[in-house]
Formats: sequence, C-alpha cells, structure tokens
Amino acid sequence: MASVVPVKEKKLMDVKLGELPSWILMRDFTPKGTAGAFQRGYYRYHNKYVNEKRGGVAMVLAAYMLFNYCPCYKELKHQRLCKYH
Amino acid sequence: MNESLFTSFITPTMMGIPIVVLIIMFPSILFPSPSRLVNNRLVSIQQWLVRLTSKQMLSIHNHKGQTWALMLMSLILFIGSTNLLGLLPHSFTPTTQLSMNLGMAIPLWTGTVAIGLRYKTKASLAHFLPQGTPFPLIPMLVIIETISLFIQPMALAVRLTANITAGHLLIHLIGGATLALTSISTITALITFTILVLLTILEFAVALIQAYVFTLLVSLYLHDNT
Repeated sequence: MASVVPVKEKKLMDVKLGELPSWILMRDFTPKGTAGAFQRGYYRYHNKYVNEKRGGVAMVLAAYMLFNYCPCYKELKHQRLCKYH
Repeated sequence: MNESLFTSFITPTMMGIPIVVLIIMFPSILFPSPSRLVNNRLVSIQQWLVRLTSKQMLSIHNHKGQTWALMLMSLILFIGSTNLLGLLPHSFTPTTQLSMNLGMAIPLWTGTVAIGLRYKTKASLAHFLPQGTPFPLIPMLVIIETISLFIQPMALAVRLTANITAGHLLIHLIGGATLALTSISTITALITFTILVLLTILEFAVALIQAYVFTLLVSLYLHDNT
C-alpha cells in the first residue's frame, strides 16, 4: 500500500497500519533522538493538560489519586458498606 | 488490625509490576522547566520559591560551598514534593522507605566528609577534638566525636523515615477511630477536630524537608569552610 506522501515524514496518527514497521524502523534511536521524543511528548502533555486556565495541576493530582487507588483496591475491598463482612 | 495498618507502606505493585519507579518519578512532572522570559503562573511561582530558598540557604557558604547549590535545591524540591504528594489519599510516599532515605543520606554525607578531608585535612581532622578540653579526657572525647560523626548519615535517614511514617500512621489510626465512633456521637466532633489539627501539623512535613536539607547543609558547612 503505497501512499502519496513518503512514510518518513508522517506523524504517528497518519501512518497506515501496513506501514507501521517501516515507520518504527525509521525513527532515530540515538540517545539524542529518544530524548527529543520524550521532550516533545512532555510538552504536548503539558500544553494540553496543565497550561489551561481551569484545571491544570489540580487535574493532574486528581488523576494521580485515582491511579493510586488501583493497587490499594485489594486491601480496601473489606471496607465496603454491607451488612455482613 | 495490625496488618492492615502497615499495608499502605509496602511498595506498590500493580498486577505484579512494580510501579514504584513511576511513583518516584512522578513529582518531576509537576516542576516544568522555565523556557521563556515570562512564563505561566505555575512556573513563575516555582521560580520565585526556588530563588527565595536558594538565596536563604546558600548565603552562609563561600564560593566552594556554593557549587553544591544545584544538589541542595533539587534535594529540597524532591523531598518536599514527595512528602506533600504522600498526603493525598491512597498515595504511596517513597520517603517512608528507609532504603531510599539511606540511599540519599549516605552518599551526600560521604561527599561532604571527603571534600573536607581532601582540601582541608588538618582542619577537618581537628574537628574531633573540641577546644579547651582537659588533657586526661582527650582519648575518650576523640572516640565520642568519631561515633557522633559516623552517626550523622544514619540520623539523617532515620529521622526522615520515622517522621513521615509516624505521621501517616497517626492519620490512619485517628481516621479509623473517628469512623468507628460515628455511632457514638459528640465524641466524634472532638476526634474529627484532632484529625484536622494533625493533618495541618503534618503539612509541616515540608518543615521536615527544611530540617533535612538544613542539617545536611550544616554538615557541609562545617566540613568545608569552617
């Protein structure tokens, strides 16, 4: 499945499924490249979730709290409200 | 009840995968690096706080001691943010683990001792004998000073661990007591108040970070500059 635009320059969401292996092999895995990828991802996350006027760090902390509920669920199952424990 | 008290201090694993590494790295997300001349609110507040703290903390050092500025500031930020995040419900505080606090205290203390021994050998060795001690007491005093020197990293680590762990345990206990006493009222108001007061005092876990970095700093100062 050839495409009009060369595979090399497409972002991940535009790559078709058949071209995925070649796209993965194309990324540069040098330390500088991986660091750049992490930096770009972090700034996308930051501008989308933290830089907003409403929410920001509070929403991140709320998500962190909910995320931490998962490992504790096993021990907290006993504390549900029921007649007989 | 004994076992359920301490289950919040085990290292969290989710379906067998230890996520404690993620939790240790999480506070770094909350401190974005300032990339512009005029930043957003969060970054400006953090910049102002870091400048305030670093000025106050590095004022007593000479040039050599001020090369440790980055280390000390990142230390206080890390411990402060980790302790404060541990106050959220259900969260795991890495600083309750003695292993991690020892891993922070021992290398830093060894660094200060090594710097003192390398650049000012005679002065740092002279610390073992306070001025004006009577002659017969000297051997015993040297032994006592050596012991007190080697106890410093242990004290740093155990102090942090014990304080944070004790605070978390107290919150668990008093919260459980409040819940159990809701059927017997008018005592609950008193105990809920105690919880509130305790939590506020525990927010001064940040003061504990101050204690940590300050004692580390005092030790650095003594060894390096005198």
